[in-house]
Amino acid sequence: MSAPKYPGFDTLSLHAGAAPDPATGARATPIYLSTSFVFKDSDHAASLFNMERAGHVYSRISNPTNAVLEERIAALEGGVAGLAVASGQAAMHLGLATIAGAGSHVVASRALYGGSQNLLAYTMKRFGIETTFVDPRDLDAWRKAIRPNTKVLFGETLGNPGLDVLDIPKVAAIAHEHYLPLMVDSTFTTPYLLRPFDHGADLLFHSATKFLCGHGTAIGGLLVDGGTFDWQQAYEKTGHFAELCEPYDGFHGMVFSEESSVAPFSLRARREGLRDFGAVMSPHNAFAILQGIETLSLRMDRHVANTRKIVEFLAVHPAVDSVSYPELESHPDHALAKTLLPKGCGAVFSFSIKGDRAAGRRFVESLKVFSHLANVGDAKSLVIHPASTTHFRVPTEQLAASGITEGTMRLSIGLEDADDLIEDLGRGLKAAQKGA
Amino acid sequence: MLLNVQGQETYCYTGGKAFNPELPTVVFIHGAQHDHSVWALQTRYFAHHGFGVLAVDLPGHGRSKGSPLGSVEALADWLLALLDTAGVQKAALVGHSMGSLIALEAAYRAPGRITRLALVGTAYPMKVSDVLLEASLNEEQTAIDMVNIWSHSTMAQKPSCPGPGFHVMGGNQRLMQYVSRRNPAKVFHTDFSACNNYSNGEAAAKSIGCPALLLLGTRDMMTPPRATATLAKAINGARVVHIDNCGHNLMAEQPDAVLDNLYGFMKG
Repeated sequence: MSAPKYPGFDTLSLHAGAAPDPATGARATPIYLSTSFVFKDSDHAASLFNMERAGHVYSRISNPTNAVLEERIAALEGGVAGLAVASGQAAMHLGLATIAGAGSHVVASRALYGGSQNLLAYTMKRFGIETTFVDPRDLDAWRKAIRPNTKVLFGETLGNPGLDVLDIPKVAAIAHEHYLPLMVDSTFTTPYLLRPFDHGADLLFHSATKFLCGHGTAIGGLLVDGGTFDWQQAYEKTGHFAELCEPYDGFHGMVFSEESSVAPFSLRARREGLRDFGAVMSPHNAFAILQGIETLSLRMDRHVANTRKIVEFLAVHPAVDSVSYPELESHPDHALAKTLLPKGCGAVFSFSIKGDRAAGRRFVESLKVFSHLANVGDAKSLVIHPASTTHFRVPTEQLAASGITEGTMRLSIGLEDADDLIEDLGRGLKAAQKGA
Repeated sequence: MLLNVQGQETYCYTGGKAFNPELPTVVFIHGAQHDHSVWALQTRYFAHHGFGVLAVDLPGHGRSKGSPLGSVEALADWLLALLDTAGVQKAALVGHSMGSLIALEAAYRAPGRITRLALVGTAYPMKVSDVLLEASLNEEQTAIDMVNIWSHSTMAQKPSCPGPGFHVMGGNQRLMQYVSRRNPAKVFHTDFSACNNYSNGEAAAKSIGCPALLLLGTRDMMTPPRATATLAKAINGARVVHIDNCGHNLMAEQPDAVLDNLYGFMKG
């Protein structure tokens, strides 16, 4: 008897969570643009509201199109549940707010997307949730930052802006020693390049706006529960996570950890977080993101192949000061990347051109194929010059502390012909050096 | 709810309501390497519709302490002891897979106490292949993967379990891993051995005097419907219901069909 096999990544990308529509036979997942769903009778209504039966009630809580996306991303990540929300920021907020409240503490990598850093450093702080930021490469710093009220450790699979590779196995081990979960932002890597649950993470989220959607057409976020963390055990050991392990007055006294041994987090996130915070994803966007996921592996292979060619070009260009990409031996996480990211380190990276802010502006303004905008993960190649956009008010010396120089450029490599992209960058570099 | 059964702390999920032994009691018994949560979309409904619910974690499974018991007969005795502890004289039993054998044997041992018998995803004999037995002993994750793959009929269960957005196969895999993590004492192998070695099924089936229901998934690869013929024939008046588009994880793949059949059966 040969051992059975799970469906492969590409098969799941196309089929997980979706079947031909039972009402119409439609093969593509229909966009269920319906706010609400009819009850069969009063008993059916009551049983849906009380989680005695499963089904859709109101699209803020669940929607059939969104459910396909949620189940698909959970399958691709090897998790137990997904939650589709309005944006990556909403996914991060939902992840934190489900298990942390006033008086809680978070330990986070300091190498974060600016929006995530803002949410933790300023906005969550206003609601009583403190964060300690640590160097993600300093394992001792992670351990030392944990306090009695810490609820979660958090980092990005590939940090911002230097692509610090998070040592998920080691940081997860530190978290688990303290009966804490590790949550990661997996946006840059997607499940095709890295499945964080396989390495010890417990929760993850995506800005699905990026590579999952892949075409720059829809804003969305996906929070995924690995089902790996024993919330009840952690509650019994530390008293944390009463939100999941004690009766919740806001939902009929439900004890989520009794309802589900492995997914109480997702039950609470949906029954409280989607219900009350209401950061729901439009089914239209869920459809667009599903379309993107259908070709995820094909696109990621091309994104990575193009990126490698461009990194190779830039690394030896005389007008380039430095390139930060973990596949380069010069990157501090080169060895770790080989272990965790054998298929590639994504398609977003930074490099620095020689010169000042003006040189940076000349570079950006002379590009013809790259689009100058604030996004990543599009099929089209994108560029942004932090010193003249996101960080234009920041003095030069403070830029350096963030790992940014006046000549730092962030590229998101798309699916165009690599030769055309290289020619475009060569034109930009030439223009940048003209005024030097 | 925590009970002390045969000297060990035992967990029972009661459907989100305090257990009331004055109500008609339905006991839900999970299968190998599982716990009470496999009945999420059946038990809560029963508890809110006039029944007292005891969805057990078998010894050494999930939150229940102790070692897993090595035979169906011992598990049946344990179940009857649990009824004593809970103050329940008579109960209906619902068992899935290995749990169905426990229910059957308990009904054989205490015919006066079992009012109705529902066997879900059942078979007799419930032989486990040598490959799977060996894997459960020495390569538990391989055994988990085998059973998980064979237990599901599709990549898209609707409306999913315990609700939309949940990945059923992922949840089942994590549940089996959770049982292993909580108790590293080879629970899976002990359970499979109990199924494999159980030899009183036909005699027990012939003894059943209460109403009996057999709920079977038409695409069940673990306990295929044809493997139920012995039980269906031996249990006098047994009602056999086949659920379409359904594998061995009936409660998650077709939660409403399972619930509606069980509830209709229990209401008599």
